[in-house]
Amino acid sequence: MTHTLLLLVVVLLASMIAGLVRVVRGPTASDRMLAAQLMGTTGVAVILLLSEATSRPALLDVALVFALLAAVTGIAFVQRYQAMETGE
Amino acid sequence: MSILDITSIVLIATGCLFFIAGSVGMLRLPDVFTRLHATTKADNVGLGLLVMGLLLRSGSIFIASKLVLIWMLVLVAGATTCHLIARSAVRRGERPWSKR
Repeated sequence: MTHTLLLLVVVLLASMIAGLVRVVRGPTASDRMLAAQLMGTTGVAVILLLSEATSRPALLDVALVFALLAAVTGIAFVQRYQAMETGE
Repeated sequence: MSILDITSIVLIATGCLFFIAGSVGMLRLPDVFTRLHATTKADNVGLGLLVMGLLLRSGSIFIASKLVLIWMLVLVAGATTCHLIARSAVRRGERPWSKR
């Protein structure tokens, strides 16, 4: 069971690396931000699986903070971008 | 392996499949507005199935409710940020992709 979970963690990490290509290439800043959002969610999933595989419930709090910070980054990005547009 | 283990593994693996679909969509789809789909699929269904699979294996109601809380937080955050990013892209005058 633990081995299966760890294998799935590796699969998720591989998909994260694939998403990283979009961060590097993405034509606009919005593309990069979206890819970063996807990586944030995948990171939460990886931490949840690791917490189950290593039976450390404290990692759930880490996942909770990751989920909170992902929301804050997105909103900060949009705010900053609009401020740059209007020249504030 | 009990039937509970098998069910939870199947749910978690299906969730991981949705995450892979999200990454593939992020790479293959043509513009920002279509890529929004890729992210939200991974957020909603992928993490949802994964949390459901982990719920079956969580021992206490405390851990179970924390898992559900994480999923709800990601749902709300994903929906809000996707909407905001799409709106800022429209305001910057990005044209949605169309087949010419």
